[in-house]
Amino acid sequence: MLSPLSRTLRIEPPHSWQILNLRELWEYRELLFFFVWRDVKVRYKQTVLGALWAVIQPVATTVLFTIFFGRLGGLSKQVNGPYALHVFVGLLPWTFFANGVALAGNSMVGSSHLISKVYFPRLLIPAASVVSGLVDFAVSFLVLLALMAWYGVAPTPRILTLPIFLAGAVLSATGAGVMLAALTVTYRDFRYAIAFMMQLWMFATPVLYPIEIIPPEWRLLYALNPMVGVITGFRTAVLGGPFAIDLILVSAVASLALLAIGVSYFLQVERRFADII
Amino acid sequence: MAIPAIAVENLGKRYTIGVAPPSQSTFRDAVAGVVSAPWRRFRQLAGHDDHLGEFWALRQVGFSVPTGQVVGIVGPNGAGKSTLLKILSRITPPTEGFADLHGRVSSLLEVGTGFHPELSGRENIFLNGAILGMFRAEIRKKFDAIVAFAELEQFIDTPVKRYSSGMFVRLAFSVAAHLEPEILIVDEVLSVGDLHFRNKCLGRMHDLHSEGRPVLFVRHDLTSIRQLCSRALMLNGGRVVEDGTADEVTRAYERLYRDPAHKGAGARDRVNAPATYHLRRVELRNKSGATTEEFEAGEVMEIHLWSSGPAPENSYTAEFKLHDSEGEVISFGSANPVRSTYYRADQQHFTCRLGPLPLTEGAYSFTFTVRVWNTLAWDIWETAIGFEIVKCDLFGTGHGISNVHNGDFVIPQEWLAGD
Repeated sequence: MLSPLSRTLRIEPPHSWQILNLRELWEYRELLFFFVWRDVKVRYKQTVLGALWAVIQPVATTVLFTIFFGRLGGLSKQVNGPYALHVFVGLLPWTFFANGVALAGNSMVGSSHLISKVYFPRLLIPAASVVSGLVDFAVSFLVLLALMAWYGVAPTPRILTLPIFLAGAVLSATGAGVMLAALTVTYRDFRYAIAFMMQLWMFATPVLYPIEIIPPEWRLLYALNPMVGVITGFRTAVLGGPFAIDLILVSAVASLALLAIGVSYFLQVERRFADII
Repeated sequence: MAIPAIAVENLGKRYTIGVAPPSQSTFRDAVAGVVSAPWRRFRQLAGHDDHLGEFWALRQVGFSVPTGQVVGIVGPNGAGKSTLLKILSRITPPTEGFADLHGRVSSLLEVGTGFHPELSGRENIFLNGAILGMFRAEIRKKFDAIVAFAELEQFIDTPVKRYSSGMFVRLAFSVAAHLEPEILIVDEVLSVGDLHFRNKCLGRMHDLHSEGRPVLFVRHDLTSIRQLCSRALMLNGGRVVEDGTADEVTRAYERLYRDPAHKGAGARDRVNAPATYHLRRVELRNKSGATTEEFEAGEVMEIHLWSSGPAPENSYTAEFKLHDSEGEVISFGSANPVRSTYYRADQQHFTCRLGPLPLTEGAYSFTFTVRVWNTLAWDIWETAIGFEIVKCDLFGTGHGISNVHNGDFVIPQEWLAGD
């Protein structure tokens, strides 16, 4: 029986520069699907509330942030429209991103058993962690639609651009997640640093506050944070207003650069994983 | 000329191993050590540490396997068998040389890799199949056959964490047994599971072979190497030391465990001794005080050990590990804490009176260690000496028990009528 995988394979010492083998990734696409499927299935097994957790988390965070930052911190005056909706729309892609990065970052160490026993492109492991977050995202997106109905905010045709920004969030999370996954394998310190990093990163991203509080001359620099473009774009797509095209483009480039750096670092250390994990 | 399914040339794998950094003698050095520790750690993790030693787990290994040949790999622990399989399975890269694999490879270094306890049997079949390289359509097609092979029809929707270990192993095997690779690489996986099921799996491997697929597999159990393989390789110290028919190579392997004794007939001096404190000589003596390599079951053996000089510390212990003919550790003993004998540092010759030996006929060997219990060993003398139980007739009936198929031990027994 000759499968597409049937060809002569040469096993050699690693080259100094590894190139992403897209063909092989494509051949293993089903395994990516199975990893995602496993993560999703397992995540809410033996939990009473199940996928409701995907709703409770962002809703509770939104309530907290609305009280502390909106009311007490006075941020609600800076925002057009209801602050809770502003925060929730920001939290949606942010939660996806932050969870994706954290899960991906720890995923390699968590799969050490697989890594030392069977071969497949290791990139699938962190990638699956990011992609599996899309299910939670979809659930909380339904909550967003409910919130919009509650506040009487009608979606505009702009909402059709949402997949673009979601793709941006996926790419950024993959870039950062893959990089941290590789770093965590070599330096376990990153396990402890990831949660803290994500907290800092959130404050460097317009989740709680509107982008307007950043002085205009600093905004392009600010947009080097890939999530800036994702979240402002996301907000515009859902709540309306003009797209900040320049910021979105800068963030898009930054996100692609992050992905390229993350993946190439990952490939550099990939073949050593089994020896050091 | 046909292309070989597996061609390995000059394959080598080097590992770096940690060596303890020099200890700090003053408080100032200690403080400096703590401060510089993260930096040293960093260099070490990044692979630049200067305090690292290296060793070759595999060196200059070359062989080729034509399509349709079943090759067994034998060798003592640490000979490089697992490293070789890991390289051929692409889990770890070689340091030098190369291996060409012609065809779709499946490697089974373990059964049930990636099984998730929370998922049901059905779900795990799909997950495990995908991890082993099967396509979804392929798994779907073979699903019923896998379930039937595992004899788990009723439990297929139960989470695997509720399975007994036997059920777990059966399911895991079944998935593996339904792979259709062009090249199959198998580590010591078939040694678990019950006998009935194991034979079923061996039969399945036989089928694969008769379909002309090459199989490469590692086993400790020489009998099944002889049964299944037409050819065998023996690794030792990271090199291929024997390559021939399964019969020849397994016999050479058995000799390896007896060999030291043949040379000295019950006495052996250390060769390649470390420069530091070590064991330098061992003798095995029988009840009449003669050194010998041949004992009978029920006899008491005296082990005499000599060290190279005074020991580094007082209150130390000597230990033995007893290996069977396949290198497995089957017993252990020590001056302390197993018994409460503590040797003084100036004690350079010590004796262990061992027995009556409850062993079946066959070859055995000892590994000796000296140290203060629960601290790092000063010296380990691996397979220092071998001996043979030439007769095992504890009950004087004239019927001997050999260790082939009968285990290594005989337990005193009495047989009575049932009422």
